[in-house]
Amino acid sequence: MHEMSIALSIIEAVEEKAREEGAGKISGVDLVIGKLAGIEPESLKFCFSAAAKGTLAEDAVFMVEEPEGTGECGDCGMRFPVTFYYAECPGCRSLRVKIVSGEEFLIQSITIEE
Amino acid sequence: MCDTCGCSSDGGAVLRKPGESDYHVHVSEGAHGHPHTHSGEELHAVDHHHEMHHDHGDGSHHHDGAVRKVVLEQDVLQKNNLLAERNRGYFEAKNIFVLNFLSSPGSGKTSLLEKIIPLMQQRFPVAVIEGDQQTTNDADRIHALGVEVIQINTGSGCHLDALMVNRAIRELDLQDNSLLCIENVGNLVCPALFDLGEALKVVIISVTEGDDKPLKYPTIFHEADICILNKIDLLPYVEFDAAKCRENALRVNHHLEWFEVSVKSGEGLAEWQEWLEKRLVRH
Repeated sequence: MHEMSIALSIIEAVEEKAREEGAGKISGVDLVIGKLAGIEPESLKFCFSAAAKGTLAEDAVFMVEEPEGTGECGDCGMRFPVTFYYAECPGCRSLRVKIVSGEEFLIQSITIEE
Repeated sequence: MCDTCGCSSDGGAVLRKPGESDYHVHVSEGAHGHPHTHSGEELHAVDHHHEMHHDHGDGSHHHDGAVRKVVLEQDVLQKNNLLAERNRGYFEAKNIFVLNFLSSPGSGKTSLLEKIIPLMQQRFPVAVIEGDQQTTNDADRIHALGVEVIQINTGSGCHLDALMVNRAIRELDLQDNSLLCIENVGNLVCPALFDLGEALKVVIISVTEGDDKPLKYPTIFHEADICILNKIDLLPYVEFDAAKCRENALRVNHHLEWFEVSVKSGEGLAEWQEWLEKRLVRH
């Protein structure tokens, strides 16, 4: 359950930012969690309700964008969608596939109120 | 409340040393002492905010109670990753080769260390950081080898993070040109995400676990540099296809170095030791 410690670190980061900006409240947090990031968005969202209690983000709505994974073949260079690490190149059947996107895990932005 | 010192620290990781029952350090206490750093990314975020601000042009959103969006574009694990890089810088400066051992509980991480450390010690100083939720049992076993060791008890935590390691290395007397082994909390999921500043991640599986482990828990195999299959002396007694397991692991990560050993019988350990020594010299 690393989602709880991650939820706490997200709350800490957005609160720090909101205070810097002089905000009294965080009403929204936009996250980018790639499909291959190793994070379950649903269990993360579940953890937020507990992690955000008593913070500026207590009433915040958490929105998650989940970019799909993209692989690049190390042999033929083809780019194609992947759903997991053990992808096979649809062009040349090579297993030398490098993940080029889908591993993102970012706090994209926050919506704050004065 | 901490039941050892009675301080108000609730939960959180604690450092302990074998044979020193009074010694314990709360990891979070160190955290409060860190100055807040302002990275370029944060400044970048502020710039974004101003750009957005001016885009609106008419200034109508200046009144109190205004709702606005602030772009952060900040990596969620940034804090951990920055601290991991600091650890890495320290290790590089002292030429310490650091391995992060990952596996599910019971696959033989501590036993492997018990076997390999006496062999490595003949040529390099070795130190160990042990991670477990509770007890100093593993650190006690390593301590018995006469090796510098510290135990991190994570409490409810399921993984080690860069801050715990940062605190632990301050408590250790690490020598230049040495080997540091970090034994992570037994868990095949969470430790994969947290960089500690190590040079290499070593994942260990045993033949009593199932040859589809790399496919069921791909993240950790994807992140690892080395995979060690342990307990191969039990292969005649279990339904485990070592070749298939290797193939599965390499499907997830084709850069993976693969070793097959039995810590109990000693089979395969010489190859792993030879590889490790080569890396240490080259390091």
